[in-house]
Amino acid sequence: MLAVGGLPVGLGHYLTVAAILLVLGVFGIFLNRKNVIIILMSIELILLSVNLNLVAFSAALGDLVGQVFAMFVLTVAAAEAAIGLAVVVVYFRNRGSIQVEDVNLMKG
Amino acid sequence: MNWALAIPEIVLSVCGMGILIVGVLRRQDSTFLCSMLTLGAFLLAAILSVSTVQGIGYHGQFVIDPFSGFVKLLIIAGAALCLILALDYNRKQRISRFEFPVLMLFSVVGMMVMASASNLMTLYLGLELQSLALYVLAAFARDDVRSSEAGLKYFVLSALATGLLLYGISLVYGFAGTMDFAQIARAASDPVHVSPGLVVGIVFVLVGLAFKISAVPFHMWTPDVYEGAPTPVTLFFGTSPKVAAIAVMVRVMVHPFGHLTDQWHTLIVIVSIASMIWGAVAAIGQANIKRMMAFSAIGHMGYALIGLAAGTAVGIRGLLVYMVIYVFMTAGAFACITAMRRNGRSVEMISDLNGLARNDPALAGAMAVAMFSLAGIPILSGFFAKLYIFLAAVQAGMWTLAIIGVLTSVVGAFYYLRVIKVMYFDAPAEQFDARSPSLTFVAAVTTLFTTFFFLFPAPVVGAAQAAAQALFG
Repeated sequence: MLAVGGLPVGLGHYLTVAAILLVLGVFGIFLNRKNVIIILMSIELILLSVNLNLVAFSAALGDLVGQVFAMFVLTVAAAEAAIGLAVVVVYFRNRGSIQVEDVNLMKG
Repeated sequence: MNWALAIPEIVLSVCGMGILIVGVLRRQDSTFLCSMLTLGAFLLAAILSVSTVQGIGYHGQFVIDPFSGFVKLLIIAGAALCLILALDYNRKQRISRFEFPVLMLFSVVGMMVMASASNLMTLYLGLELQSLALYVLAAFARDDVRSSEAGLKYFVLSALATGLLLYGISLVYGFAGTMDFAQIARAASDPVHVSPGLVVGIVFVLVGLAFKISAVPFHMWTPDVYEGAPTPVTLFFGTSPKVAAIAVMVRVMVHPFGHLTDQWHTLIVIVSIASMIWGAVAAIGQANIKRMMAFSAIGHMGYALIGLAAGTAVGIRGLLVYMVIYVFMTAGAFACITAMRRNGRSVEMISDLNGLARNDPALAGAMAVAMFSLAGIPILSGFFAKLYIFLAAVQAGMWTLAIIGVLTSVVGAFYYLRVIKVMYFDAPAEQFDARSPSLTFVAAVTTLFTTFFFLFPAPVVGAAQAAAQALFG
């Protein structure tokens, strides 16, 4: 087990960091009023928090499946970011802006 | 390792890559050829999924049982109807590109993997394969600002839902120690000593899946995406992905989390009631027919969830029958919405339907059948769908759900009947452009199914019965 300054780092610490990252990501999506790119970053943050969780659990359980899954999540996150950026580019071409408050042609 | 279990998915993926190569290499426009090849691949996959052996393969990751077979057939049927409808629509809207059928094909592969998932990892990969193709499809009319806005909204909210689902999966993995459905069921077999972390994980998984079937309170993307996306894509959103997502939800809740019914049951009941009420109330004020269909879809998902809330084999049977009927009546309604074109442009206001019965009686008849059926008027299929669901709820002693369901059906009938009133009793508006044969074909097939379901319910109900029983083993 890792120890930083005499304090052992356990599963609980990893889970706490992951939970904080998840909350940051969710708030980044809902409270952000500026730019769509920030939303893409928040989504990545959520996926990274999941990866941290998976790897921490995998190490704690002594089971490799979690790490395999983390690899899959990384791959899919890359594909998702590519498609997300493509959609943002298409949107920018039509609308000339990627401000979140401009995404309002349809109410709701 | 029994790799032959996944033959339908493998064949479909290989066909998809082949069709992509054909589309790229041919010099002239190959949309029609690629669409036909995709339909052929769907047919092949449907035949293969009926005829493959049953069992569990890939180290317990992939399962073939009557349930997955039933769901796969329905997914393929829904996708095929959308593709036929899209042929003509895409050409007229000048968005006819050969990537369209290929994207649809790959998302169908993802949905079929979802239907067969028996491990959280397989579930996630299937779900993502489906979603990635759907993001592109929603924004497929790339020069149309509303379509790209729909794509953007769907991408952001769907990615968030997937993130929450994944977080739930990671918690379930950590607290149950495994991702395999059978082993999770074993780990959770003692409801008294179940870890709170596992319950939190289940709630997150449920939230992620509820988003995919657009159940209230996770429905906010639905009206905008339905309105903005090209009409055949809207139909696609309304049929196959919903079938796949609700099938996954049923399998996950019944099999791995089956012992924890007390923990998730209330959630399903709340989501179901909220969807039924919101679907009925919010649709009343809509002027855009695609938006109205979005709220209709939200309401119908609420009814279907009653079957899961009942938690019995009868309830799941009702849910599966409901999904079959729902796919066909929605396809019928959307075939008529696709026909709403004036002077070469697509129109989508309810008022554009004014006096359709005098301009085009056949189309108005098909629309009327779809609307009556969505409202649940006897003897059309929509009535039997609700009947099987309410029957299961009453048998399980859930009177509240059944009563709220009947009441919201009555409220919902108001806006379906308004469409019929507009078509039959209002002064005729300008005529629509001529219908294409492919559109007439889809409208005819779905209308015949919806009208005459009551004569031959046995094959569908029997297959749903076998599928539900396979799940409860």
